[in-house]
Amino acid sequence: MADGGTVLQLREVSKTYPGHTAVDNLSLEVPRGAFFSLVGPSGCGKTTTLRMIAGFDLPTSGAVLLNGKDIANLRPYERNVTTVFQSYALFPHLTARQNVEFGLRRRGARELDGPVKKVIELLQLAGKESRKPAQLSGGEKQRVALARALVVEPEILLLDEPLSALDPRLRLHVREELKSLQRRVGITFLMVTHDQEEALSLSDGLAVMHRGRMEQMGTPRELYANPATRFVASFLGLVNWMGGMGVRPEAMHLDNAPDGMPYRAAVIRSVTFLGNCIHVNVDLGDGVTAICEAPRDDKSYTPGQQTTVWWRPADEIRLPEDAL
Amino acid sequence: MKRIRALFLMPSAVLLGVFFAVPLIIIASYSLLTRGPYGGVAQPWTMENYLRLADPLYFTILLRSLVWAVAATLICIVMGVPLALFISRTGKRRNLYLALIVIPFWTSFLVRTYAWMFLLRDTGLINSGLLWLGVIQEPLPLLYNAFAVMLGLVTGYLPFLVLPVYATLERIDKSLVEAAADLGSRPLSTMFRVVIPLAMPGIRAGGVLVFVSCLGAYLTPDLMGGGKTIMIGNLIQNQFTSSRDWPFGAALSLLMMVAVTLMLLPVLRRKEEGLS
Repeated sequence: MADGGTVLQLREVSKTYPGHTAVDNLSLEVPRGAFFSLVGPSGCGKTTTLRMIAGFDLPTSGAVLLNGKDIANLRPYERNVTTVFQSYALFPHLTARQNVEFGLRRRGARELDGPVKKVIELLQLAGKESRKPAQLSGGEKQRVALARALVVEPEILLLDEPLSALDPRLRLHVREELKSLQRRVGITFLMVTHDQEEALSLSDGLAVMHRGRMEQMGTPRELYANPATRFVASFLGLVNWMGGMGVRPEAMHLDNAPDGMPYRAAVIRSVTFLGNCIHVNVDLGDGVTAICEAPRDDKSYTPGQQTTVWWRPADEIRLPEDAL
Repeated sequence: MKRIRALFLMPSAVLLGVFFAVPLIIIASYSLLTRGPYGGVAQPWTMENYLRLADPLYFTILLRSLVWAVAATLICIVMGVPLALFISRTGKRRNLYLALIVIPFWTSFLVRTYAWMFLLRDTGLINSGLLWLGVIQEPLPLLYNAFAVMLGLVTGYLPFLVLPVYATLERIDKSLVEAAADLGSRPLSTMFRVVIPLAMPGIRAGGVLVFVSCLGAYLTPDLMGGGKTIMIGNLIQNQFTSSRDWPFGAALSLLMMVAVTLMLLPVLRRKEEGLS
């Protein structure tokens, strides 16, 4: 969905604290107009990276280029980047409308009504303008936070774990909304999340971080199918590791292998019901176990049963690091 | 649960009942009695003391005291809010600065007032120092004037403002300050549009404490002002000491209480908005 060029580039950015390196030599390119995600477990440096792009933290070394211009040492109010905070950080003493107007006023915008009206409609906040944040629901607060950050038309919008504060039942719905919002406004979104499902489903591109370093960058499909490291493979989903390669549970089949397909003899140990499917846990011998995904109404698996597991060679995950 | 709550509230309730409500009733009934020949009160019951309050002289004194208390409160706010902001942003040194604010309370108010007098009087440290240096030929009139009274009130009650304001500043979510900067707000603008509005509950609470304390002050006007300007606190004190007119002193006390309550009602009733 990128309409050309790179809006944001990090060049060998590091952030060190005494006795601790939060971000280690990170390089990254975010295409203009894309929905991009930084994903990794807590403490991987993704939030620090976001804070350096926003200007709340300054990098120890390296360059942060916005449209080719180094902004690494500019103050937050000197860069055209806005943030949707994890806690939303709405000003509690201001109404929803005043929150939305805040950035426009501080930037000396001549016209308030037009842009505010547009963004209020875009985020379906009509009728809530005069409410204080305390009188808004979680979803409404998030929409005000989005409206407040989008109304100033930033070069890039940063989202810090945008779905984590929401009710789990609301999350899936908001995920779709967020994606369609990004398509409509065309502004580059950079999201930080620890939830791999969120990252895979929302992003045009994502970067997986681990211990302050970039593990791999690419499209969700590339990263899921061809992870570069064991960490990326395991972080983005379950993998059954067998010797030098891995197979994901949904690619592992539980019956007699068709001719020419790789297979292993297996003993069923247990079956776990997950709602939309079942996971059959099997023993492959030599202490190796694996998980096979199967339809939830398939009741033919009983613990102790002898069977075979097989997979397509195309579904094998082979890591470059193991090839060495 | 309710029983436990009642149990723990008991000491405060007893204390307030015995040492606040009962004296208030005593004062109220004194104000309706006649002065005794050697102080104290005597029969019969009368409204005389309240009628005497109509004298413009007392109104002038009350008004003057209110103006002074408001002025001292405003000076404390103008000086104390930046100080509280500074302390809330100093990180590791914060406890040191807070200790410096609190340390004066370790000595009695009277001792602190006398310390100021030793510094400010004609033969005091400041004047004799400046004379010795040749900066001045005559001692500066630093004591026994309006300046000295205001200095005494402000230095005496500034901590009552700084501490509550500091407490509310500490509670402000740091991400709100970041959000303001993120939206293009420069630090000064963030201070006036985000930080100070959110610190208003603390400023109000501290302001009320300073205002009430200054209004009732009698030591500072007496000692630092040299007794030249009489405040409502001094007037009340005189009724119970040299004038030996307890009923009139009681009536004055109640007048002051009513005046303070009426003035503070809008401040205290204001809803604490949006602070979740």
